[in-house]
Amino acid sequence: MNITIELAGGAELLFGNQRKHEVTLPESDKQWTMATLLPWIRDNLLQERGELFMQGKSVRPGILVLVNDADWELAGELDYVIENKDNIMFISTLHGG
Amino acid sequence: MPTECVECGKRAILKRPKNRKALCKDCFYSVFEYEIHETITKNRLFKPGETIAIGASGGKDSTVLAHIMKLLNDRYDYGLNLVLLSIDEGISGYRDDSLETVKRNQIQYSLPLKILSYQELYGWTMDAIVKEIGMKNNCTFCGVFRRQALDRGAAMLKCDKIVTGHNADDIAETVIMNILRGDIARLGRCTSISTGSEGMISRCKPFKYTYEKEIVMYAHFKKLDYFTTECIYSPNAYRGHARTFLKDLEKIRPRAILDIITSGEDMAIKEEVRMPIQSTCQNCGYIASSELCKACIMLDGLNRGRPELSIGKNNKRKKILKMTAEKAKEAGKNGKLNGANAVHDISVSQDVENMF
Ligand SMILES: [Zn+2]
Ligand SMILES: [Zn+2]
Repeated sequence: MNITIELAGGAELLFGNQRKHEVTLPESDKQWTMATLLPWIRDNLLQERGELFMQGKSVRPGILVLVNDADWELAGELDYVIENKDNIMFISTLHGG
Repeated sequence: MPTECVECGKRAILKRPKNRKALCKDCFYSVFEYEIHETITKNRLFKPGETIAIGASGGKDSTVLAHIMKLLNDRYDYGLNLVLLSIDEGISGYRDDSLETVKRNQIQYSLPLKILSYQELYGWTMDAIVKEIGMKNNCTFCGVFRRQALDRGAAMLKCDKIVTGHNADDIAETVIMNILRGDIARLGRCTSISTGSEGMISRCKPFKYTYEKEIVMYAHFKKLDYFTTECIYSPNAYRGHARTFLKDLEKIRPRAILDIITSGEDMAIKEEVRMPIQSTCQNCGYIASSELCKACIMLDGLNRGRPELSIGKNNKRKKILKMTAEKAKEAGKNGKLNGANAVHDISVSQDVENMF
């Protein structure tokens, strides 16, 4: 399954300053959801300070998540089932005003 | 199946933090813009013909503020002259990049821009100050200097008011900080939408009730050009904890932000609480609660190579001052800024960046 992961608002600083990542998720018996995607991103894409990206099982409060350019709070958050060609975007609100 | 907009049925793109309503892009834009217009008119923030300085840092809040001020001024005919005012603290690799963003904003919004630097105002850049004092109290220096720099810039541009991009999350965070410090004077001030004592240019916050989430979403969907890097000189850790605490609360109950602001507003100041008396600085004329303003005290310390005099524990400061005063007496010279009386009763060890 191929998806696009985008970082903005300062979140890209945790990912080697790269804003866009085209990734292939490994085949799995279970469905990929946001709950399984987040730790995968942390372990495979994140370059530094994992605690600034995740808190507990979710993203750190203050990081906005968009699924196909819509607020993930409308899509079930951690329960959202990832589909092929999805675009998942993380925007930090925690960087300077 | 995508969620539908509660207003029009189109595909929703945002769940509003204040009421959990799902909105499409167009309904979000219109309610976001309209609510800020309402805040401005209900609180009578501006009068026709006024010149307004927009404190512009290149970051998300001030970039959205510049966009919104321009848009509402045109749409509702406020009759305001808008100018962008940026402060260059002299932090290489940070401020130079964000100033480039402001310069692009100036062209995008066709607004005049004034950049004022610490170097030209104070003779010191933040890079030079950090070299002198290290990374410990640098944010205190920077906060005091920035606040005064904005006032001076606005005065040079003959502005009637300054608007800043402080949003609801920022104000709630400042309420918590002031409670944690027991700073009742600032607690009262930090929630007011418009502040300004006599002789000072008043400041207002059109985003007082606007959630940070919505500002960032608006900037994202409108593809506004803003700058995102952290200041290279580490931010205040105490404030960082307050911010994390607030974001955790907001995650569970988004209304918490507005509720904290209301609590701050409702905490009345009791009669017997003594408020610091405001007067003007004998050296530069800026508002001060002792003979000299905080910036002049800090500059004096920096220029004499003793920045620790202007900051930190009172006792230690007094001891050092007594020593230097005696030494100075012995040497027979008595500078204008010398002596313990210039430094009594200041509490700049609490960071002062909370107004900007
Ligand atoms: Zn709609
Ligand atoms: Zn002064």
